[in-house]
Amino acid sequence: MVSLVQTRLMPAIVIAALIVVLPAFFPSAYYYRIGVLVFIFALAVVGLNLLMGFAGQVSLGHAGFLGIGAYSVAIGPVHFGVPSWLCLFGGAALSGVVAFIVGRPILKLKGHYLAVATLGLGLLLAIVLTNEARWTGGPDGMSVPRLVLFGWSARGATTWYWIAGATFIVAFVLALNLMDSPTGRALRAIHDSEIAARVLGIDVARKKVAIFVISAMYASVAGSFLALFNGYVTPDAAGFLRSIELVAMVVLGGMGSIVGSLVGAVVLVVLPQALTVFHDYEQVLLGLIVMVFMIFLRRGIVPSLAAAFAGRRK
Amino acid sequence: MGALQRYAVAAVVGLIALSAVENRAFAQIKIGSVLSVTGPASFLGDPEKRTLEIYVDEINAKGGVNGQKLQLVVYDDAGSADNARTFATRLVEEDKVVAMVGGSTTGTTMAMMQIFEEAKIPFISLAGAIQIIEPVRRWVFKTPHTDKMACEKIFADLKKRGLKTIALISGTDAFGKSMRGQCVAVAPKAGITVAIEENYGPRDSDMTPQLTNIRNKAGVQAVVNPGFGQGPAIVTRNFRQLGITLPLYQSHGVASKQFIELAGPAAEGVRLPAAALLIADKLPSGDKQKPVVENYSRTYQTKTGQAVSTFGGHAYDGFMILVEAMQRAKSADSSQIRDEIERTKGYVGTGGIVNMSATDHMGLDLSAFKILEIKGGDWTLVPDT
Repeated sequence: MVSLVQTRLMPAIVIAALIVVLPAFFPSAYYYRIGVLVFIFALAVVGLNLLMGFAGQVSLGHAGFLGIGAYSVAIGPVHFGVPSWLCLFGGAALSGVVAFIVGRPILKLKGHYLAVATLGLGLLLAIVLTNEARWTGGPDGMSVPRLVLFGWSARGATTWYWIAGATFIVAFVLALNLMDSPTGRALRAIHDSEIAARVLGIDVARKKVAIFVISAMYASVAGSFLALFNGYVTPDAAGFLRSIELVAMVVLGGMGSIVGSLVGAVVLVVLPQALTVFHDYEQVLLGLIVMVFMIFLRRGIVPSLAAAFAGRRK
Repeated sequence: MGALQRYAVAAVVGLIALSAVENRAFAQIKIGSVLSVTGPASFLGDPEKRTLEIYVDEINAKGGVNGQKLQLVVYDDAGSADNARTFATRLVEEDKVVAMVGGSTTGTTMAMMQIFEEAKIPFISLAGAIQIIEPVRRWVFKTPHTDKMACEKIFADLKKRGLKTIALISGTDAFGKSMRGQCVAVAPKAGITVAIEENYGPRDSDMTPQLTNIRNKAGVQAVVNPGFGQGPAIVTRNFRQLGITLPLYQSHGVASKQFIELAGPAAEGVRLPAAALLIADKLPSGDKQKPVVENYSRTYQTKTGQAVSTFGGHAYDGFMILVEAMQRAKSADSSQIRDEIERTKGYVGTGGIVNMSATDHMGLDLSAFKILEIKGGDWTLVPDT
């Protein structure tokens, strides 16, 4: 029992403790904002990591789902008067359905066809968001009404820090549990050898579709949070560069490591902020640091460091 | 190694990264700016940043404002509204700026607005859309003219020529869409009828079908083309190839020498509204803006080795309005600076003559635009009367 808690829920407890303790060191609301962005991106990255690290599939249009979530909480309340929290769930459901429709035929094929399909999907969504100006405000974007729950309106970085932090912990535990479930074990089997998995009686296509749907829903919730937190949304939320950023966070933190997702998000959200001191060279330095990480910590920050420590211990 | 240690390592890495954010510097008066220096909107942010840097140095060399030196804090949002809002928070919370000049695009400006409104810090935006100042927000101002004004200017010129029924052909890019919307909205008030509307994608290379539709539409007296980039040049060429003899109006979006080069001889006779900055040498010697725009063009070209753009001009205007407001306020107090920005009267800038008020946080009127006609491969000024 003790060992179960230690192996499975320990990381969640440590991270939860960190989330609670860290604000004591925050000098201003700016730090809360960075914290919120880390949680929101980590949420999307955990979802994407389930797909990339465990099902062995890449999504190059994951920001498209972020966009669906973001515009759900913008369009729903503004054009239809639907409460934001309902739109958040509606957006997640819609993302799941879209992922199912796209994933169902494609994931029956072997190889990286999903990457191409999601790439197209992401670009299409960005075009729709830009062109349907009547609904989305076009390239200039649109305002997002505040999240109101039971007559209480969520505003300010401090409030959102706790909302996003708590949601992240829940999503984190769900992801850990999923990995320890039969589905998770099946996925890992698929990742190691698809043929072997199939021989063992695993419905490979179905498991992959399931994980793709789940990861789309994670991204959608993250997108909704981002839009509600910013109070404004523009089509770049769903852009191709955003998708690449999410993939970079997964790879940097470590594919297949749920904790790595958080670390990847921390690095890529905090680093650009820290590097502004270098003015015109910040982009160069960011690229350099990411390269160094990838050369010396080839499997991603968390798995590589974990392996290094484990090796030394022996 | 146990799980605990593994995650402890991860946590430590995170903490180190967070502590690296700490970064402070000291100066007398801090002015903030968030611009899209890189990314898809860098054609806006890059000249804006250079302009701000040049003029902050110049003001400091002259002894600063009210005896205090200025310090400029610039962040690059790379065109993302989300980044812009983060940096806006940082300017307010960490850098404690007294005022803000920036926001290259409408999207980034709209995303940052609330931060400055809540912090009660004056914010002069460099973005175009009218929704930034309508409805008027207490702390938000802007310097560029709106698309609506360009439409009104074109319509005024049409009326002078006795033309009432027009065709619209617009690009589906951000600029074309926004201006098309404004033109359609103000047309009835100006007594103009839009008889037919066509549009084209930003990468289309032939607009003959759309123009043929326009040619076949009875009663059209002139054609207006809100657009940006190559599209308008192709429209102009196709227009002449089809032998259409109606007057053709382009927008301020193509007010650059490049347009004349791209459209070639077809550009002959095309009219468009433009700010004074681009035709500094064509302005009559009595023009109030002439010394300002000539001076800015010369300074910018010597310091950067590049040609001026309207966008850098917007940054110049925003910064100078702020500096003059601080001089009048004799203080670096955000609230007093705001009041003085609102009292700006008769400021002569690159974009026009600015007269702000409590109900107008842009302060430009139609005289900010000049109507130009292309003759002999160069601009000529169409007299205003």
